[in-house]
Amino acid sequence: MSCYKGKYADELVANAAYIGTPGKGILAADESTGTIGKRLASINVENVETNRRALRELLFTTPGALQYLSGVIFFEETLYQKTAAGKPFVDVLKEGGVLPGIKVDKGTVELAGTNGETTTQGLDGLAQRCQQYYAAGARFAKWRAVLNIGPNEPSQLAINENANGLARYAIICQENGLVPIVEPEILVDGPHDINKCADVTERVLAAVYKALNDHHVLLEGTLLKPNMVTPGSDAPKVAPEVIAEYTVLALQRTMPAAVPAVVFLSGGQSEEEATLNLNAMNKLKTKKPWMLSFSFGRALQQSTLKSWAGKEDNIKKAQAVFLARCKANSEATLGTYQGGSALSEGASESLHVKDYKY
Amino acid sequence: MNIYPDELIKNAKYIATPGKGILAADESTGTIGKRLASISVENIESNRQALRELLFTSPNALSYLSGVILFEETLYQKTSDGKPFVEVLQENNVVPGIKVDKGTVELAGTNGETTTQGLDSLGARCQQYYKAGARFAKWRAVLKIGPNEPSELSIQQNAQGLARYAIICQENGLVPIVEPEILTDGSHDIKKCAAVTEIVLAAVYKALNDQHVLLEGTLLKPNMVTPGSDSPKVTPEVIAEYTVAALRRTVPPAVPGIVFLSGGQSEEEATVNLNAMNKLEVLKPWTLSFSFGRALQQSTLKTWTGKKENVGKAQEIFLGRCRANSEATIGKYTGGSAGKLASESLYVEGYKY
Repeated sequence: MSCYKGKYADELVANAAYIGTPGKGILAADESTGTIGKRLASINVENVETNRRALRELLFTTPGALQYLSGVIFFEETLYQKTAAGKPFVDVLKEGGVLPGIKVDKGTVELAGTNGETTTQGLDGLAQRCQQYYAAGARFAKWRAVLNIGPNEPSQLAINENANGLARYAIICQENGLVPIVEPEILVDGPHDINKCADVTERVLAAVYKALNDHHVLLEGTLLKPNMVTPGSDAPKVAPEVIAEYTVLALQRTMPAAVPAVVFLSGGQSEEEATLNLNAMNKLKTKKPWMLSFSFGRALQQSTLKSWAGKEDNIKKAQAVFLARCKANSEATLGTYQGGSALSEGASESLHVKDYKY
Repeated sequence: MNIYPDELIKNAKYIATPGKGILAADESTGTIGKRLASISVENIESNRQALRELLFTSPNALSYLSGVILFEETLYQKTSDGKPFVEVLQENNVVPGIKVDKGTVELAGTNGETTTQGLDSLGARCQQYYKAGARFAKWRAVLKIGPNEPSELSIQQNAQGLARYAIICQENGLVPIVEPEILTDGSHDIKKCAAVTEIVLAAVYKALNDQHVLLEGTLLKPNMVTPGSDSPKVTPEVIAEYTVAALRRTVPPAVPGIVFLSGGQSEEEATVNLNAMNKLEVLKPWTLSFSFGRALQQSTLKTWTGKKENVGKAQEIFLGRCRANSEATIGKYTGGSAGKLASESLYVEGYKY
């Protein structure tokens, strides 16, 4: 009747706590084949396996970068890939003290009768898949639920469906040794103000934690990957301190202290914005019984991608850019980021794509 | 549009001040009658008034209290000198509180499970209590552990009742103390109590969120997590560990303080358990304090026995218990305060307030 206490309990708790190590965070490198194709297209690189592999090798072998990361989220293909020299990516990470993670959801499908709201699929055979991923070296997983803000959104149906999906995913992961990262992303799209985002975020997170409790999930062996609380993409921007205040307040009101860490998604924020906002949160003097860190995809890779442009000659330069972003976000988890890090091309570029589909 | 948020937050935070706690002196007329009967004192208004005066005028005791919960009759009573009890409290920086529920009624189709009534005209009643000086309220929901209990119906009904009560209080300036008591009755072990407590608290906080309750302006009054009354006892450290784990898994950090009920624990047990919790080296984003009724008054009552000549001695006993619990809120209680009476179990099976 109580929460999960099976054979992986201690390991789950240890791994979740490790991912929340101060000064570290997660690189979300789990873009599906289709999605990474769009990124490669933006730098005129062909979407073939060797290029996908080359990009990830660039990131994982960046000298000095892994010390700023506690985890990397993989797409399934990448979990089984190797460096050009033949070393499995999983081993590269392990040697660098980085936990491999795996995206396990199978994308979103629309909920009939709603205005384009979705639920996430991927529960079928999930236990078996988790076992295989564990055998391959993965120790945490990720599942992205998506909600949006509109006149009648998110609907109670969308909230309930997505919360339930996240909870089922989470307990199945724990039963098979993987720390579930719980990601209820509320899209930034829309003209709403920060108060509306705060209200929706609090309602969604409350539903998520009730569902996790209903499903007997061991909170100490989970992580949360939420959106920051911000104004909508079509609304006037606010200062990082304001974002920090609203975001931490929403978490204080909904997230039990048993959860060891929060690893924010970056949504459509530019690399610099995401770092500054995370930094502001960690400088805030208020009750924060969990670590506040990052799980960034675009906000860690954008400039790096542009620097690389698919050319071997650019690897070192691109790696320097990537290292700088990792270091900047590491500092942000400690509230010591001074800003203006490696403002290479693209660091301030908004990464918002309306109605973004992974 | 709620005009009270700042005041609610300020009052809730004050009640949660480390080193202080709550005296639950809100026994209904029927219940206090049982207490008075146990010391052969007649259950008439002047005796009820005398008992509460004894407590509220105990020299120095009020410095260990941040709040006192009153029954409606007591809210309007005065000392024998004619000073309103509410003023006595206010002058000593103790916030007056008021019990607002109207007891439990059985849920049909369950095995004796109950829900709590009192929502009708609650808003208007809160306004009157606010005018009379009350700044917080209390509502007791009751659940029990059994083969099929607590049922989903019982959990949902009690959680929703607490949430409706809470928002109505806040709309009228009173900090709601949210009390989902899971009775100790039974032969279950501590793990069972922990599991049930976590499920109940999760349901309560979901309901509070659904009703838009401002958590920063509330307090929680839960049971400690213990073995059932018919089960072997465990050490205070074990109780502390299970209790704090349950709270860390369910109570959002926005809640400023948790004020435990004592249930059937003896005065000493309750204090020692609270102390163990505050000594536990684990991150606790809320203060852990007390809202004790029997566990603050039992020895005092037995020392008073209704006699004027015993008042001074009884007040010393009461002061001793207040101080002991104050120390427990900061993990500094060294035990053994005030003797044999303090170790008497106060457990009554199927206890009805």
